[in-house]
Amino acid sequence: MKRILSLLLNGRRREDAVADDMLLIDYLRELTGLTGTKRGCDGGECGACTVLLDGEPVLACLTLAVRCEARRVETIESLGESGRMNRLQQAFHEKLGTQCGYCTQGMIMAGEALLRRNPNPSETEIREALSGNLCRCTGYVKIIESVQAAAGKAP
Amino acid sequence: MTKPVHAVGPVRTAGRPQPLIDGVEKVTGRALYTADLPSAHALTGEILRSPVAHGEIIRIDTARARALPGVRAVITGADCDVAYGVLPIAHNEFPLARGKVRYWGEAVAAVAADDARIAREALELIEVEYRSLPVYTTAAAARAEGAVPLHADKPDNIEREVSHVFGDVDGGFAAADLVRERNFHYAEVAHAQMEPDCTLAEYDPERGRLTLHSVTQVPFYVHLTVAQCLKMDPAAVRVVKPFVGGGFGHRTETLPFEVIAALLARAAGATVKVELSREQTFVVHRARPETDIRLKVGMKRSGEITAVDAEVVQRGGAYAGYGIVTILYAGALIHALYRTTAVKYRGFRVYANTPPCGPMRGHGSVDMRHAFETMIDTMAGELGLDSFAARRANLITPPYRTINDLQVNSYGLPECLDWVEQASGWKRRKDKLPPGHGMGVACSHYVSGAAKPVHWTGEPHATVNLRLDFDGSITLLTGAADIGQGSSTLLAQVAAEALGIGLERFRVIAADSALTPKDNGSYSSRVSFMVGNAALAAGKELRSHLRNAAARRLEVNAGDIECLGETYRVAGSDRGISYREAVREALAQDGPITVKGTYTVPEELQGGKFRGAGVGPSPGFSYAAQVVEVAVDEDTGEMRVENVWVAHDCGFAINPLAVEGQVHGAVWMGMGQATGEQTQFFQENGLPVRANFLDYRVPTIVESPPIHVKIVESHDPNGPFGAKEASEAALAGFLPAFTSAVADATGIRVAELPLTSDLLLEAIHARRRSERLKRSRGGK
Ligand code: FES
Ligand code: FES
Repeated sequence: MKRILSLLLNGRRREDAVADDMLLIDYLRELTGLTGTKRGCDGGECGACTVLLDGEPVLACLTLAVRCEARRVETIESLGESGRMNRLQQAFHEKLGTQCGYCTQGMIMAGEALLRRNPNPSETEIREALSGNLCRCTGYVKIIESVQAAAGKAP
Repeated sequence: MTKPVHAVGPVRTAGRPQPLIDGVEKVTGRALYTADLPSAHALTGEILRSPVAHGEIIRIDTARARALPGVRAVITGADCDVAYGVLPIAHNEFPLARGKVRYWGEAVAAVAADDARIAREALELIEVEYRSLPVYTTAAAARAEGAVPLHADKPDNIEREVSHVFGDVDGGFAAADLVRERNFHYAEVAHAQMEPDCTLAEYDPERGRLTLHSVTQVPFYVHLTVAQCLKMDPAAVRVVKPFVGGGFGHRTETLPFEVIAALLARAAGATVKVELSREQTFVVHRARPETDIRLKVGMKRSGEITAVDAEVVQRGGAYAGYGIVTILYAGALIHALYRTTAVKYRGFRVYANTPPCGPMRGHGSVDMRHAFETMIDTMAGELGLDSFAARRANLITPPYRTINDLQVNSYGLPECLDWVEQASGWKRRKDKLPPGHGMGVACSHYVSGAAKPVHWTGEPHATVNLRLDFDGSITLLTGAADIGQGSSTLLAQVAAEALGIGLERFRVIAADSALTPKDNGSYSSRVSFMVGNAALAAGKELRSHLRNAAARRLEVNAGDIECLGETYRVAGSDRGISYREAVREALAQDGPITVKGTYTVPEELQGGKFRGAGVGPSPGFSYAAQVVEVAVDEDTGEMRVENVWVAHDCGFAINPLAVEGQVHGAVWMGMGQATGEQTQFFQENGLPVRANFLDYRVPTIVESPPIHVKIVESHDPNGPFGAKEASEAALAGFLPAFTSAVADATGIRVAELPLTSDLLLEAIHARRRSERLKRSRGGK
């Protein structure tokens, strides 16, 4: 069964016909062309697909698209203004919080949710907030540094 | 026209921390990985996998699948009779099994259909009948008397047996004050790169051409293999590497799904996307094999090692892949870290009914290094020597040629040891740590590229083009695959440094066979050294074009021209022209310019002549030392890595930021292997136990320690600006430093990795039991 999903996606209102069982990750990647959100596992294990739903981090691979009806979805593509990087993106770029980049969008979205609710997190709080996001390249050292560098800066 | 020049000097790029040249794409979500490429028009490719780990294929019937509406192609082993593999002497894998399957999950048939649902339905309609054969999931079982051979040409299931003796081993043991021997066991581990496998194959039936976008580290191998398997002229194939989400060796050889995607695209006359799940990506495997090591070492009272006798058995999985190389590396890299005078090595690479193993970061050297460093540490302890002293008793003085013909021209290990000893507070803290805490040290090393590439053609080891056109932009064209290690950034830095101008002028186009020169790929840490040298040569070549042009304009000899950033000046005067003017002048004479730089490893660095001598030689060896500090909870067996201090000798850090990142990643990957990672297969049926991230546990951010990095620069005489590799050497050292730290904390040394809390707890209980026993006996 399909139904009309209407939501606020990256600040823009959208309406799409989606199947009841369509996952948010597939909706984003296949229907809207927002491929910044990555799939790294077969469901709920890696955090690469983290997006914000009404400002809270959720795993797009475990969220049905229809659950986002009349809600606010934000993906990596929405961060920054006029195409400029936001504070987290800039920090991840400058501090090498990204290597291959595959986990990066999930890290940044989880970090974004953290900084919005806690602008000056401790290292432990950063670790906790990113604990569901796996990275195979960085050993996390520069990811922590990146979030720390972004914290305390204006969004 | 002349004008006064106030240039200050060339712009420096090498040696400065440089964010990735493609980093903005990565942090904004604009970077397109293979699965992200526009593919709404593509058919979905799905692969039918074997439910038995060892069996003969009696019958395959695809008629019902073909009849399903929406199915555009169905292929089986009958559609490709060309065996492939990475080593020309060991081609024994087919993209789709023919006649026999040898591991659970091996590809048997594939479907291209209008969408995923139809493709999966079609897979269920394919009938395959198997006759089961005995399943061997250990090397011992596969080698046992009477075992059924996996491959007809290897009746004893031994893919390769290596036997090397260098120096007087018996004499060495006789001269030792202490001789010890021990057995070690290492679980198989996986690369677990974050991007699952994916290929987009596009076939143009009108022209008979194929374009492949794939997750590869070596586009050139994919190109070669696909052309072979499809019996196509390689000129009709184009291979492009989009952004790649990590590799660590997984993507070094051509993988079955890549060939399958190509076969499907041709069969359907269309574009086909094959996207593997995480489970399937685990089953593709190609990583570090399950390994058993018996190691005997002779040591003098001074700590000097007098003889080594090692035997290694690797369970290589179902196909040859890189197997021969891995078993040779395990022996070859016993050398070149310390002075070795007498070494005997026997290696067995064994076929078994598990996914094929392959190269993984630290290829072949990691498990052996753990065993070796562990022996040094325990024997030093018995002799009353400090762990550092024992290592210092065996250091090399470069230039040094090992007894197996490896050439060491730069050697920063002494400095690495000094730094970690100092930074960790070893002398001060080691014996004063609170109970349950411990420290351990270890060294490790790696090659900067294999001096003998797998596909030996006689060509230079690396080639880079630089293109300069009317707009003044410089495009660097390289076949080297950036897989996240930052190779594109590094190459641009090297070329920019050679030209003395800023990175903003550069664009890098990498790994597209229609545009970029062939490259041997991103493996064995060859890119910084070899492709870096080629980029350096290309940069110098372009510089001389511009300098000549400036000399013409200024009517002086080229030798009189100084290149000062974007200014070309007559030395000692204020006459000069700008970069733009020099470009205009150069193009006026030659038209748009493309220059080429190449690098060939000098003959004397290419190793010895004995059988197997091709594996091990490198133009430069990198070195690392590290100290690991742990805290152990004796009630639960839980271990926490509190700190790592690591010093890495990369010759010269072209991009110090990236070197730090690579060293972090390497140490941390070693930690994963040491503390918990392992693939596993059910003995009776070869089913993988841990083909997901819940069961294959890579460390999360919560348990990952601070890693303090010191870059040591030994300035290799042959590296670009003295540089050597930075991504692999530091991995292997973590394992022994960690187990030594645990031993320091608990008195327990487990000769088995991963060292899980269960394993440690068991050992702690056993220790307590025997302590109790001793006490009660003593009481009587
Ligand atoms: S893709 Fe969603 S958690 Fe891995
Ligand atoms: S940067 Fe590669 S997985 Fe995190």
